[in-house]
Amino acid sequence: MKLLAREALLSFRRAPLLSALSITTIAFSLFTLGLFGLVAINLRQALHGLEERVEIVAFVLRGTPAETITLATQDIAAFPEVREVVYVSEEQALGRARRELVEFRDAYRDLQVNPLPASIEVRLKDGYRDAATVERVAQRLRGFGFVNDVRFGREWVQKLDHLRNITGIVGLVIGLAFAAVAVVIIGVTIRLTLLQRAREISIMRLVGATNWFIRGPFLLEGALKGLLGGLLSLALCYGGYLLFRDRAGGVFAGMIFFHALQMLGIVVFGVLLGLGGSLVSVGRHLRHV
Amino acid sequence: MIRLSHVHKSYPNGALALKDVSFRIGKGEFVFLTGHSGAGKSTIMKLLFAEQRPTSGEVRVSGYDVSQLRPDEIPKLRRRLGVVFQDFRLLEDRTAAENIAFALEVTGARGDTIAARVMRVLTQVGLSAKSQAYPRELSGGEQQRVAIARALVNEPAILVADEPTGNLDERATRGVFQLLRDINTGGTVIVMATHDLDLVRQANYRTIELRDGGVVYDSAFDETDQTEAAR
Repeated sequence: MKLLAREALLSFRRAPLLSALSITTIAFSLFTLGLFGLVAINLRQALHGLEERVEIVAFVLRGTPAETITLATQDIAAFPEVREVVYVSEEQALGRARRELVEFRDAYRDLQVNPLPASIEVRLKDGYRDAATVERVAQRLRGFGFVNDVRFGREWVQKLDHLRNITGIVGLVIGLAFAAVAVVIIGVTIRLTLLQRAREISIMRLVGATNWFIRGPFLLEGALKGLLGGLLSLALCYGGYLLFRDRAGGVFAGMIFFHALQMLGIVVFGVLLGLGGSLVSVGRHLRHV
Repeated sequence: MIRLSHVHKSYPNGALALKDVSFRIGKGEFVFLTGHSGAGKSTIMKLLFAEQRPTSGEVRVSGYDVSQLRPDEIPKLRRRLGVVFQDFRLLEDRTAAENIAFALEVTGARGDTIAARVMRVLTQVGLSAKSQAYPRELSGGEQQRVAIARALVNEPAILVADEPTGNLDERATRGVFQLLRDINTGGTVIVMATHDLDLVRQANYRTIELRDGGVVYDSAFDETDQTEAAR
């Protein structure tokens, strides 16, 4: 084991430039992947914020008795998808309009009759804010006899759905593409190391080293490069994250960074890429020595 | 110790390297393999340490059947052999002692015994004073001695030497050859491929001559004609 570690580290010392090149390429591949990941988690966070605002508004017919409405809100609150039901009376609607629509304050003040209907505002639970569920809940609200109209910004919800799907697919495709590129680059750099040490490998085989003994240091070397590349990419990602968060004029002030498990995931992914690249390269090379 | 029976070796391009080669080498023997370039000497050497397999026929070395050897058995066979080449094959970035220790380390020898074993073989080849020298600081003869020390450090029963004096001047050749003779005196079988006929004449060892991939002369069976054949 000591020998294994020594041989692996020796290759760093013997070929510092090549080792630095491998680590940098792994770091940049993972950095690109990491940046995309950052965009993805922040987009998800932002979408989550938007989603929270998805609400269904059922407008109530004028003159509906208060008891009917109370019973109905209790019914609606019991729907499995529903998080919160708020009844907004005609007066409350007018008060809100006066408060929020400053431009029309005068018009609302001079009114003799309140033109705004009462409404029931329904907010959905996390995970039920997709277009299909929203439509289903809206349909059930329409079933109440006192409900005049139901609005929920159908297009807006559908666009949100679309955006979420596209983000997922694009993230997966780009992520896989970059992972493949990283594996190829690592494979090539390990292969360069192998060619550089072909003489040493042939001597090892001559004196009776087993294939696993020969592979060991190279695999460890690949894994170490992956580890260092992974850590470096995290540092780069963090740098990029700070730059965006602090320098972009507050637009990205709410940006979040990976949590511990996600960071561990990136580093482990780096190690696996390094290991995979060297395994393929060493396996292929040893067959030909 | 070594037995070749009706060995044929051809390469994928159709070239025939060996045809119907058969001989046995017993305990304690010193055997010269002679012949012109391309006669098949190196192919036989490669068969002995399982770098290549015969196309047909049987090659047995130290109890292993090279023609049937599983990949995981190749290292086991090689640990029982010492191999020396014309071009020494030393690692340039390691000292003489480190080059020899390397052969022990890769076979998983106990760490605390390595230094003593390295020193013992370095003394045996007469280089104990140069243990810390790098190959570039050594003469050709000294580099070949380090390579021989590396081959010996695992205490092999057989030492295979492919043109070990091919890159050496006359004086170094004599020194290396004498070293191989001393090793043979200790009981190690030596198979030495060479086209240096002066060397062959110097000692009365068994000589197997190859021509165009076949054995044309074996002094073990034709003592009277040895000088003629060597010529």
